[in-house]
Amino acid sequence: MIVVELFLEFALLSFVAFGGATALLPEMHRVVVENHHWLDDQTFTHLYAIAQAAPGPNVLVVTLIGWEIGGLLGALASTVAMCLPMSVLIYLLIDRWESFAGKRWQKAVSIGVAPLAVGLIFSGATLIAQAAAFGWATWLLVAATVVANLRTKLHPLWFIGVGAGLGLLGWV
Amino acid sequence: MEGTQLRTESPSRPDLRALFLGFSSVGLSGFGGVLPFARRMLVEERQWMTAEEFNAQLGLCQFLPGPNVVNLAVVVGKRYCGLAGAIVAPVGLLAGPFAIVLLLALLYDRYGSLPLVQGMLRGIAAVGCGLLFAMAWRMGSAIKDKPFFLPFTALTVAAIAGLRLPMPIVMVAGLVLSGGVAYWRLGRK
Repeated sequence: MIVVELFLEFALLSFVAFGGATALLPEMHRVVVENHHWLDDQTFTHLYAIAQAAPGPNVLVVTLIGWEIGGLLGALASTVAMCLPMSVLIYLLIDRWESFAGKRWQKAVSIGVAPLAVGLIFSGATLIAQAAAFGWATWLLVAATVVANLRTKLHPLWFIGVGAGLGLLGWV
Repeated sequence: MEGTQLRTESPSRPDLRALFLGFSSVGLSGFGGVLPFARRMLVEERQWMTAEEFNAQLGLCQFLPGPNVVNLAVVVGKRYCGLAGAIVAPVGLLAGPFAIVLLLALLYDRYGSLPLVQGMLRGIAAVGCGLLFAMAWRMGSAIKDKPFFLPFTALTVAAIAGLRLPMPIVMVAGLVLSGGVAYWRLGRK
């Protein structure tokens, strides 16, 4: 059953999702496109784009991937798999959080995981670029987005709008 | 307990309905991450918790892997309505956006092969890619002790993007090494 497999794969991923669903992009691509061939590169990129343009938590890219693979059941399975394990853990741990917050090992994990999360998000960006086979005009848009996003406080939705417009015109 | 004296009781205690509606509004209001909206709703608009309480609870949500804002919904839901709240709050958070992305997915399944739609999605993907690079840059800049920790960023990129190793293995190994260095650095201070 593809839905069961999907559930198990995503439940496993939820345990290493430091940095949220965004940090999982490279691994989801590896599992879904490279290992299982459930989706192709193009569909994966498109789903990522749709998730970018939709409101809601970042985790919903997982929902879209589940939908394309297994319909409504797939969407539910992938979303629940991504959210449930940590939700249960946090439900059990929150009352004890005070007792280990600030301990040396807890701080070490928090500090130690940050550079890994940066690497994961950077990898996600390179992977989207690879999967979508960007040309020079597309790379120009990517570079412009990076600079504008770092230098201004413009809402991300403006960028999405500009990207959609340029794409509709066939310029990127 | 010195905290009990100082603690100002939150003016309103939400019931299940309020939890569902409150987190629904959070889920539907943000693009590219809704955590700031969760803070605004909980601390400023509905005043279910103080800023200090929010920060303390967020600690564990950010410490554990997984979608932080979903974790936060579980914590807030449990705090006010126990197990039922811990289920209702995250469901409220995700139900609206879930329906919207499925609607978009239906449209995609129908019209996704049109060149115009493909062009548009390509443009959005390019911008999304740029936003990811910018996010990595910003997070990387915020890391302290860069000479010690940025090499782990490079190793992660090499292992994940370069060698395409499975992420669970990379994360466990990375966490042992990078967390080990952090543990050692903490001991020296």
